[in-house]
Amino acid sequence: MNSPANPASATKVDRSRLIRAAVPALGLFWLVVTTLPFIFVVMTSLKSQQETFSGSVWSLPEKLNFENYLAVLNGGFWTYLRNSVFVLVTSIILILVISSMAAYAFARLRFRLNKPLFGLIVAGMIVPIHITLIPIYLLIRNVGLYDTPFALIGPYVATALPVSIFILTEFMRQIPKELEEAAKLDGCGAFGIFWKVFLPLSGPGLSTVAIYNSIGLWNEFIFAYVLTSNPANRTLPLAIWDFQGQYASNIPAILSVVTLTSLPLIVAYAFGQERIVKGMMAGALKG
Amino acid sequence: MTFQDAQPTAGAAKYRRLTAVLPIAVFLAPAVVFLVVFLLYPLISSFQLSLLDWNGLGSGERFVGLANWTRLAQDTLFWKSLGNNLLLALFSVLIQLPIALVLAVVLDEASKGSRVLKILYFLPLLMSSVALGVVFKNIYDPNFGPINAFLSAVHLDGLVRDWLGDPRYALGSVIAVVCWQNIPFYMVLFLAGLSSFPRELGEAARLDGASESTIFWRIKLPHLQGTVRTGAMLAIVGSLRYFDLIFIMTDGGPEGASELMATYMFRTVFSSFQLGYGSTIASAMFIIVTIVASLTMRVTRRYETEV
Repeated sequence: MNSPANPASATKVDRSRLIRAAVPALGLFWLVVTTLPFIFVVMTSLKSQQETFSGSVWSLPEKLNFENYLAVLNGGFWTYLRNSVFVLVTSIILILVISSMAAYAFARLRFRLNKPLFGLIVAGMIVPIHITLIPIYLLIRNVGLYDTPFALIGPYVATALPVSIFILTEFMRQIPKELEEAAKLDGCGAFGIFWKVFLPLSGPGLSTVAIYNSIGLWNEFIFAYVLTSNPANRTLPLAIWDFQGQYASNIPAILSVVTLTSLPLIVAYAFGQERIVKGMMAGALKG
Repeated sequence: MTFQDAQPTAGAAKYRRLTAVLPIAVFLAPAVVFLVVFLLYPLISSFQLSLLDWNGLGSGERFVGLANWTRLAQDTLFWKSLGNNLLLALFSVLIQLPIALVLAVVLDEASKGSRVLKILYFLPLLMSSVALGVVFKNIYDPNFGPINAFLSAVHLDGLVRDWLGDPRYALGSVIAVVCWQNIPFYMVLFLAGLSSFPRELGEAARLDGASESTIFWRIKLPHLQGTVRTGAMLAIVGSLRYFDLIFIMTDGGPEGASELMATYMFRTVFSSFQLGYGSTIASAMFIIVTIVASLTMRVTRRYETEV
């Protein structure tokens, strides 16, 4: 009865064996699809410009050619990096401070507008930034911040606030009321409770907010493109854009800019994949 | 002492009210200021600007009422770009979600090496859109790009194309890159959904003689229903406001073949200097995104309460 000759069970076994074989095959296939562009970038960036015209695309570089990297590093790369770091650090600090304060108010303080205001801010998450682009461009120009790194901080903080406030409010609602009561008995007011109880206990929430926004802002393009124009005031994503104009047909040079600008995040990722993946997912799902 | 307790003065009551309101005001003020200045005011201002004819430079603005809006209604390029946004949404759902689902199942099944694979799969999400746009512009390059080089090498010269330069293929080529970048996001999303799947359920079904495909279709997929819907919603809303990669790779071209609402708006403002009309496109986009977002949210919520 249960012999392998039974045609039905034989095909069943075949099929599940097929599926079992397909699993690693599919896994490897997507690995190739994902990594080939990266391999192409690194390989080509190490070639000489001549090689990209004459040689085959997939041949290894004749010799490792770091000239392109040196040209980029000596060509203003550090200025872009400095601007990026400045804008990112300032924005993230502001985002953390402002959103944790608001989140505390929404999670714990009682006032009539609590719910409607929170709902309004959360609704801000679906606003496409493109509708704010023109008025913000005019505003920044009128207040004289156009073409300075400072121009980016306002829009960056504001676009990050809705999702950050949402994540932190949810987080702070979970903090047990008893801890707060204890602090109240010790004579703490709202500020004391926020500073001594809520901030220290919100570590994981704050790190999610910081990670999610850091990756988004580090790669942000459209505001940076519109609100700055001089390479001295631009951030790293614009480095690729500017170099592309400058090196029009020098493919290896352009791709070495790509490699160098992407490196900081990839290095950070190498050290904390789990947290970065989790932070990005949490942020995007709330958004 | 007793006298004071019995008759609190008006000043004390005011003071008490102030101490109750003050913390709320202080905690919320910074957030409200940033949101009003950089989100609410621009939103309103955009609608106001949509009533102007203005190049954005001098003081030559002219109030034209709803003229921009009637122009928008008859603007074939706008409707084409909206159509492209919808195509992007459709293909994002039809391509990204199934591939992501398969990959999530693969990673879930393959215990060995799945961690390393997951880490590598996630890499595209860390790249800036400028970096990816520039990279894929080179990859699609008709003369020096690896895709055409590969096709010639395997004697499929008939498939060699000007991927981004030919209006027939531009949109498809760009959508492929958008999918390539975003698939890992949905993969991780589904992986999280699968991790809450009780393993015993699969084991029990296997013992009962259910095949792998039955287990997938009848047990795992229904389990993921909510997650799939969330993913579809994110893909649709994200597609309607998409900008970056397409702006960098084709800028909506050639001949508007890959034009999106956001790229059209951007060019109208920052290349043709029609601030008023650009604001009209931006405002229309806002209306469309808001309607679609609230509709899809309502649909997903209704299903969630049903399940």
